[in-house]
Amino acid sequence: MITLNSKIPDGPLEEKWTKYKKEAKLVNPANKKKLDIIVVGTGISGAPAASSLGEMGYNVKVFCYQDTPRRAHSVAAQGGINAAKNYKNDGDSVYRLFYDVIKGGDFRAREANVYRIAEVSNQIIDHFTAIGVPFAREYGGTLTTRSFGGVQVSRTFYSSGQTGQQVLLGAYSSLNRQIKAGTVTMFPRREMLDLVIIDGKARGIIVRNLITGEIERHSAHAVVLATGGYGTIYYLSTLAVNSNASAAWKAYRRGAAFANPSFVQIHPSSVPQMNEFQSKLTLMSESLRNDGRVWVPKAKGDRRPANEIPEEERDYYLERRYPAFGNLVPRDVASRAAKERCDAGYGVGPTGLAVNLDFRDAIKKQGKKAIEEKYGNLFEMYRDITGIDSYEEPMRIYPAGHYTMGGLWVDYELMTTITGLFAIGEANFSDHGANRLGASSLMQGAGDGYFILPYTISNYLAPEIKVPRIKTDTPEFQEAEERAVERINRLLSVKGKQTATDFHKKLGKIMWDHCGMTRTEAGLTEALRLIRELREEFWKDLAVPGSADELNQELEKAGRVADFLELGELMVTDALNRRESCGAHFREESQTPDHEALRNDDEYAYVAVWEYNNDQPPVLHREQLKFEFVELKQRSYK
Amino acid sequence: MKLKLKIWKQKNARSGGAFETYDLDGVAPEMSFVEMLALLNQTLVQQGREPVAFDHDCHEGICGSCGMYINGYPHGPVKGLTTCLLSMRHFKDGETIVIEPWRAKPFPVVKDLIVDRSALDKIQVAGGFISVTTGAAADANAVLVSKKKSDLAFDSAACIGCGACVAACKNASAMLFVSAKISQYALLPQGKPEAKERVRAMIAEMDKQSFGSCSNTGACEAQCPKQIKLFNIARLNREYYKAF
Repeated sequence: MITLNSKIPDGPLEEKWTKYKKEAKLVNPANKKKLDIIVVGTGISGAPAASSLGEMGYNVKVFCYQDTPRRAHSVAAQGGINAAKNYKNDGDSVYRLFYDVIKGGDFRAREANVYRIAEVSNQIIDHFTAIGVPFAREYGGTLTTRSFGGVQVSRTFYSSGQTGQQVLLGAYSSLNRQIKAGTVTMFPRREMLDLVIIDGKARGIIVRNLITGEIERHSAHAVVLATGGYGTIYYLSTLAVNSNASAAWKAYRRGAAFANPSFVQIHPSSVPQMNEFQSKLTLMSESLRNDGRVWVPKAKGDRRPANEIPEEERDYYLERRYPAFGNLVPRDVASRAAKERCDAGYGVGPTGLAVNLDFRDAIKKQGKKAIEEKYGNLFEMYRDITGIDSYEEPMRIYPAGHYTMGGLWVDYELMTTITGLFAIGEANFSDHGANRLGASSLMQGAGDGYFILPYTISNYLAPEIKVPRIKTDTPEFQEAEERAVERINRLLSVKGKQTATDFHKKLGKIMWDHCGMTRTEAGLTEALRLIRELREEFWKDLAVPGSADELNQELEKAGRVADFLELGELMVTDALNRRESCGAHFREESQTPDHEALRNDDEYAYVAVWEYNNDQPPVLHREQLKFEFVELKQRSYK
Repeated sequence: MKLKLKIWKQKNARSGGAFETYDLDGVAPEMSFVEMLALLNQTLVQQGREPVAFDHDCHEGICGSCGMYINGYPHGPVKGLTTCLLSMRHFKDGETIVIEPWRAKPFPVVKDLIVDRSALDKIQVAGGFISVTTGAAADANAVLVSKKKSDLAFDSAACIGCGACVAACKNASAMLFVSAKISQYALLPQGKPEAKERVRAMIAEMDKQSFGSCSNTGACEAQCPKQIKLFNIARLNREYYKAF
């Protein structure tokens, strides 16, 4: 049985991190090279962590499933990265960034963690700029910013609509520098199949070489998971199609508790689904809501082309319902508002499952060139996909599964409930509560990797200097490898009729219908039954061609879907347990008279932390959230 | 739509390969090219046949995973698009489409349409970075950079590392790829201190990885899905001359 200790330093909010750093143990340079660290994942958290740890002198081994670390899905983040620089002189500060994130997350995140990420946010921008990330600039040569949802200041640094690409390539360049220096060894095209625990400590991983099919053992003094989120459980999402939950799930099954699994952000603006073969929903950055106005026709079922609908017959419903924040309400609010209009019959486009995002007024006011400069690549991408020119007519958008606030539970040191196993970036649960604000994911990922983990992991490793290199010929490695091989053989031996994709689509539909933007007791109960049935069917009727000792993409998919079939059940269990609405988790039973999320702080101001319990139902632990520095308030963007 | 697909099949790096022909029905014009291939694979697996291996991930033209010759063109016949964003409405019902992996000596075939592009990573490892250690940076606004130069640096930095430029080049030259990175750093003051070492190291590694020479035909620019400009190569050459 696990016990939760969040290890939050005491003292005033703004002194906690300073105090921690002051007291944290260090490892002397000569000893660092005797210590091995495994980092799984090379996105905006993993690459910064690996390169920083390498710079410090640790011996780092990095793994990713892609052919090169530069392709991790952080590359697709569009809008920007937040920092409390206050370069716009608009009243921003570390405290305000902290408060916006706490409030945006609907008071379901840890104060101390959020304050710390706000504190390091400025350093992230400094660092990226110094390593050559071309952020957008003013004519005077300084960096510029833009606004994002849920805030009233302009604090988002960006590179056109490709900020994720630019910061990830920056992180990748630092990683390369350490590879050249010999402190980091890169293992691409490897998929983590299991975690190895020796004497209660994470000491290694089992991976499959995706080219040869070989099973490999890798050991270390500590293991860091930077493996991202699990939004692809919906099948259609804004994530890369190969993004998956398997590494985190394996850690969960080995004893790392999973926190708030049902907290999933449904992003309000993606290109709507066009057909049943579609593999992915492409995101249209939230930054577009800076200049785009969201509307639907005032008349039900009005199917005239958007440009033919006169101004007085348009319902700018976000501006109508939320005059203070208008089109820049947080994502969960914008998503539900779009769903509400479409469900009520006001949706646009061929399916009626879309709303307009209109740039007419912005183009009129600022000129086409200004809009092109800010969002050129997004307009292009939208045209490539839909054939529609958004300079001339509105984009059509609809919500899509996007980011998972839930993840592996970590303490203040970013360590999971398994000693020596750390989780950073989207893979952990720690900073975004029940809803993430736009441009905060790059901030949190990079902050964890560059400026937080290097301190906390050193504190853990200081007493480990006497531990010699971990051997891989131990019974623990043997057992973990056998388990991994057995599972692969099991997948291959079903020899049924349906592909992994068939099952993934079915699971995605169950999750979207019952554990998506809105949830009900009845729907969730039904989902539990459906998922269990589907899982049974999976192990009876799965078709995987080929063998284990070759490049086999169907086998890769099957393994990931098998894990999703278990994770889905945990997400639904968590959603059932939380009989309140908060942030992105909207229980229809718990809403205000004007249909906003209604929290229940007396009963649910806690992090729901689930412990794996073999074939029994998972055990729920509660980390009570203490709000010492902010007052719990019903969120309002009106 | 009904299509005839002639696709390169190759078991692994050591074995030889050959074209195999597949008939595919039920292709919708709004599908992307990779969704069309996924449909083919779905059909093949259901028939108990081996699917076609190909790299693809983000499906929004930014990760650089996908890439193949489509009727002889890297990423297909439409300018400025990756394979994952190429829509099937650019093809005709009944058309035969020939699909091959990148053909370039530094990119050995791994399986079917998948090639090994790690040679590009090795060039980056050789010098594609600015040596600033985490924590050492001054305030981001301490160094002013003209908007024009910064925007140009961004245009160069938009390269997704897919390898289409190498595949398009009759010499399998990686000059457009290398010049994009060199240009990004050459245009920014932050890149200046290591400019000479960087360009020398990256060019040396490029040669070591047996990429061919540049003969300025511009095929790379024409096929680049991110429309990286040939001008970068001129800048690379200038940086290279300055480095000795």
